Amino acid sequence: MVQAQTPIRSVQKETSVTLSYLGFLRRAAGVATDGKWHFYVWMILLTAIALVGANAWAQQVRDGMILTNMSDHVSWGLYIANFTFCVGLAAGGVMMVIPAYLYDDEEMHQVVIIGEAVAIAAILMATLSVVVDLGRPDRFWHLIPGIGKFNWPLSMLTWDILVLNGYLLINLHIVGYLLYMRYLGKKPNPKWYIPFVFLSILWAISIHTITAFLYCGLGGRPFWNTALLAPRFLASAFVSGPAFIIISMRVMRLTTNFHFSPKPANTLIQIIRVAMCANLLMLFSEIFTLFYSGGSHAASAQYLFFGSHGANGLVPWIWTAMFLNIVGAILFFTPAVLRRGNIRIIACLFCIVGIWIEKGMGLIIPGFIPSTLHEIVEYSPSLIEWKVTAGIWAFGLLVLTVILKLIASVFTDQFPSEASPNQSTLSKENAASAIPAEATS
Amino acid sequence: MSDSQVQLPIIDQPQSNRRGFMKTVGATLGLAAWAAAMKPLLELTEDVNADEFLQNHYRELTAEQKAVVFKRLEEDAKKEYNADVTISDPAPIENVQFGYALNLSVCIGCRKCAEACHIENNHDRASNNSYIRVFEMEMGGIDFEKGNATYDHPVPAPGKYYMPVQCQQCENAPCVTACPIEATWKEPDGIVVVDYNWCIGCRYCEAACPYHARRFNWEKPEIPAEEVNPNQSYLSNRIRPQGVMEKCTFCLHRTREGRLPACLEACPTGARVFGNLLDPDSEIRWVIENKRTFVLKEELGTKPRFFYYFD
Repeated sequence: MVQAQTPIRSVQKETSVTLSYLGFLRRAAGVATDGKWHFYVWMILLTAIALVGANAWAQQVRDGMILTNMSDHVSWGLYIANFTFCVGLAAGGVMMVIPAYLYDDEEMHQVVIIGEAVAIAAILMATLSVVVDLGRPDRFWHLIPGIGKFNWPLSMLTWDILVLNGYLLINLHIVGYLLYMRYLGKKPNPKWYIPFVFLSILWAISIHTITAFLYCGLGGRPFWNTALLAPRFLASAFVSGPAFIIISMRVMRLTTNFHFSPKPANTLIQIIRVAMCANLLMLFSEIFTLFYSGGSHAASAQYLFFGSHGANGLVPWIWTAMFLNIVGAILFFTPAVLRRGNIRIIACLFCIVGIWIEKGMGLIIPGFIPSTLHEIVEYSPSLIEWKVTAGIWAFGLLVLTVILKLIASVFTDQFPSEASPNQSTLSKENAASAIPAEATS
Repeated sequence: MSDSQVQLPIIDQPQSNRRGFMKTVGATLGLAAWAAAMKPLLELTEDVNADEFLQNHYRELTAEQKAVVFKRLEEDAKKEYNADVTISDPAPIENVQFGYALNLSVCIGCRKCAEACHIENNHDRASNNSYIRVFEMEMGGIDFEKGNATYDHPVPAPGKYYMPVQCQQCENAPCVTACPIEATWKEPDGIVVVDYNWCIGCRYCEAACPYHARRFNWEKPEIPAEEVNPNQSYLSNRIRPQGVMEKCTFCLHRTREGRLPACLEACPTGARVFGNLLDPDSEIRWVIENKRTFVLKEELGTKPRFFYYFD
């Protein structure tokens, strides 16, 4: 019986890879919605926040962007600030792939897929942040190349649309392929994913560089019009991405049977140490140039750090960011960060929040204050903007939770595989060989 | 191990049925909550119709298609603003390049130009919007940092001079480059226009403009029926939809028909000079050739078509 079954199964598989992949996705949907009570609490909480955000956005579309606190003077606000951070997070998620492949660090391979998962969630958040910033989301189709009118290659925004969507597709392919192969109990064919991994590394750098070009290419905004912007973006992405992955790994370790060896986290900490120093050095260099030479170029920096003409709305923001970044960097240099999980998590949170402010509220908003004709109109996000942004984060975390849960299920063989008992045993052996000595972490 | 794998689904059967049921209930509740959250969008769909949604870019429209669009817009103005308007589409005139000049020595900062713009271009009444901002500047330099656009006292004030700023209709316009969907472009006569029915409202052009010349419709403009200027054109002063960009068009619905911009006609001091840069006998050419003119932020390379000069 068994002998007769095997060839039939394999023939079926070869004839309908698509159906088989759809079956995998169907089962994945089942796994993603199964869990203990605290999983349901977490998912229901995120769904509720996402719905509050969706409702706030729907109101904004109906009544107009007047519900935000943006104005003709500060025409981009919290949404674009959050977009900038999310692009960095997406780029940073894949940066950790670099040591895994370029330096052939075998142990990094097992956490690469976590980085890709973070990248997928972050790209979705970045895209949503732009969509909610549109005054006419109903005309979204004007942006589709071929159907609408795509001002490529002139407009940097069209470049950004291309690279962000391309990046999403590449990472969906890598994660989907690796999980699917694992699910089938097969060894992934390097031909089908290694070229894409290298492509995603280059692409990760491109998404954040082009997002920086969006701002630094504007000659009328001296605060952004600096060649240092793209390198600064990349350096901070090298911090926020790995920090986010360290937190994700920690959560997975606490909530699933998926275990990591401590080495990848240590490699990530090394990356963060270097990147944070580079980030702070470039920030310092920027501040020096602005303040020492002075003049109108320093006007935005003056407003940001110390306030200007009695207006100082961003001063608490930026000093909070400076405090978090510097304390986070110091924590990352203490030996405790390698030994004690809690210190590591605090350091990661400090750096993530610090960079969120520095690259968001501390970079996008002062570009508009003072305005191009030196008028000072301040901005602080409205309740609607906070709700929408919280909704986007809830949705991103929802997606991330589902993908990480799938990864944990597939890699610990708790996935309801359609494979026969023989194959399931085989995949078990593979699992043991691919993740060596994980019990230590 | 493999045995338990096979048996698990059988053991789990009742539980997974209950789970499946709970999941169905959860998904239904989720969908209902989603529909409730998105309800405000339904109230919007009354105003949106398929023709408007599918309308092509202005420059892709044939004459017949334009006629249909203009008729629809006229009907919309009647329905939404109770105003009888005509929407025209004056074409750029050949061998005409419009230019504007402003004499800083005579401008007294009365803001009549801004007011005329407000009325002519059907701006939102509540926000008192205008394409012109008049800056009260301190004598002794052209430093906007010392300027003030919200002054509220009799003019001219001692020690001050006045500098109205509007769209500079740049030769090398950063807003046109920035737009991801070609919703804003430079017309053959040098005027930068916006297709209000194509713009998606991303406001990248507003970030790109060095002259604070672009405005966004943060909400639907409100104008009493009797105050609506009925002489409208598609690319200039028709009432703009919510959520799109707008800007000064040198009143192309007037200037392309041989009239002067509304801001110039309103100026009580004659500080404004408008005309065809290609016509050697025009007043604007005389000003540029005989006065000491300058443009704003020349170092940015935007090549403005708006000149300032002193007597």
